Amino acid sequence: MPEIRISQAQFQPEPPKNGGERPAGTAAPEPSAIRKFLLSRGNSAVADRGFHLLMVLCALSIFGIVALIATELMLSSQMAWDKFGFDFFFKAFIDPDTRLPMYWDPVNGHFSALPFIYGTLVSSFLALLLAVPLAIGVAVFLTEMCPQALRGPLAFLTELLAAIPSVIYGLWAVFVLVPLLREYVNPGLIKGLGWTGLFSDDNPTGLGFLSAGVILAIMILPIISSLTREVMSAVPHSQREAVLALGATRWEMIRMGVLRNARIGIVGAVILGLGRALGETMAVTMVIGNSPEIHHSVLANGSSMAAVIANEFAEASGDLHRSALIEIALALFIVTILVNALARVLVWAVTRGAPARVN
Amino acid sequence: MRAGKHNLRAQVRALTDHAATVLAVFATLVVVTPLVAIFIYLIYKGASSLNLAFFTQIPKPPGEVGGGMANAIVGSGVLLGIASLIGVPIGIGGGIFLAEFGRGTKLANAVRFTADVLNGVPSIVMGLAIYSLVVYQQKHFSAFSGGLALGIMMIPTITRTTEEMLLMVPHAVREAALGLGVPNWRSVLSITLKTASPGIITGCMLAFARVAGETAPLMFTAFGNSNWSMNPNEAIAALPLQIYVYAISPYDEWHRMAWAGALVLIVLIVLAVSLVRYVTSRGVLKGAS
Repeated sequence: MPEIRISQAQFQPEPPKNGGERPAGTAAPEPSAIRKFLLSRGNSAVADRGFHLLMVLCALSIFGIVALIATELMLSSQMAWDKFGFDFFFKAFIDPDTRLPMYWDPVNGHFSALPFIYGTLVSSFLALLLAVPLAIGVAVFLTEMCPQALRGPLAFLTELLAAIPSVIYGLWAVFVLVPLLREYVNPGLIKGLGWTGLFSDDNPTGLGFLSAGVILAIMILPIISSLTREVMSAVPHSQREAVLALGATRWEMIRMGVLRNARIGIVGAVILGLGRALGETMAVTMVIGNSPEIHHSVLANGSSMAAVIANEFAEASGDLHRSALIEIALALFIVTILVNALARVLVWAVTRGAPARVN
Repeated sequence: MRAGKHNLRAQVRALTDHAATVLAVFATLVVVTPLVAIFIYLIYKGASSLNLAFFTQIPKPPGEVGGGMANAIVGSGVLLGIASLIGVPIGIGGGIFLAEFGRGTKLANAVRFTADVLNGVPSIVMGLAIYSLVVYQQKHFSAFSGGLALGIMMIPTITRTTEEMLLMVPHAVREAALGLGVPNWRSVLSITLKTASPGIITGCMLAFARVAGETAPLMFTAFGNSNWSMNPNEAIAALPLQIYVYAISPYDEWHRMAWAGALVLIVLIVLAVSLVRYVTSRGVLKGAS
């Protein structure tokens, strides 16, 4: 029987058989037509192995990218790290004359990330406060209440919201949202809630933490609502039917049958939105006011970690300034990696083994 | 008394149900409003500023009327071209590994997880890393470094969508190819990959649309340029960068140009996204996404 090997194994010429059926000394017979054909196609084992290796390299490049970012940022922020150490994130330089803290003073070489960490946390927290209830509302409407005909277009609209570039959100915020807040919303907040101290009136521009929080909320809404939709669709239909069969109203069914089962995934979606908000750069830079100060009022100007990098890096005054900015980037990198990893684990915990998504 | 209590409770429950419905509808309206507002503003402000000069001329100095963003549009094209050359092959390769070679292995799980996490890394961090890697060593800004930053950002998205699409190709197709004596690499490239190609193109377009609007990673790599340049070794203009510079400038004429640029950018992105939806709804892998 002629031996035909195809592709997978390396083609090896048959070893000469001495003293077998074929008497030694006679010339080897011509290879069969099939074997000739296979030989003419080249040796695929080498190609296969090479291809496999290439694909593994492509996959490993993802680890490479993470390692590359981490090492580059660490090397470039060495100078600031050596000079300030951990105090960079916790302490501010106190001016001996005025007794006022100097957070960020490139001229005299005092750098502290404190006001930027504060700004990032405040704007992201405001964004979550505004976005989470709305996002869950949208997800509930789209998965449980919406007429079938509206579902597709509305889902597409919220997806579009995610496709708009950050700089266009910023442009819109600068020329539409900020004037709107300045003229109509901020005076109301000052009058109604001024006594809390969170809304004091000393910033006539309309820029500040609140504007940044609102535009961030609009930007992270789509990601939270689409992931919430996904985990809600992953809740088995039998759960809904069981709750309805007990005589629950639709809202009770959603609350007890769907939201309660999907809550871990929803928390994951919210954390993922937080990750986006922490690192969002352009829109925040354009509306937060860019002053390295800490204010209690959310109407005051501030700055965030990403915003200060975008704003100052190109015209940084020296190596130490540049190094300090890169250290902020490194901190942002580590925090977003941790936040995203946590969120992914939570979302996976819910959607793993879930039925196919029903749209 | 008992019946009345029961009645009241039922009424409260019905009211809560109605309130929840109203709130959900309200939330949806609140979310859709800014989207509509952004589009109306873009069209209203942008369309009145668009003219032929916008597409054919380079920016004029502040104070002068006229000029356009031709160099920025071309520059964005160059940057996205470089980015696609880097991001698409590596991304698809990673996806092939996940779906064809590494299925179920620990390495594949780790790669998948890292890709998802990398997707959430802020773009400005990516820009700074490329700055220290390329720009700082070379001592000058370049289109190549900008394209590299964007290309790296495309990789995780493309890897994950490619994997998802390849997983949908039935096993019988692969077995048929192997059974005919096609080498494994040929089977993957011209059978499996080809079957899944509409979905993979979708993934690439989505990644493309995402990085097309990125500004932050270009600020310290491509840097921007107010003159014509197509040299990959020089600073180059880009549409999102130009929009940013114009938006924060104090000149009305430049604000007008920023709106026009934003309209062009958003039209390009919406076209890409809609095309993707059209392809996936009609393509071979219907219902793939």
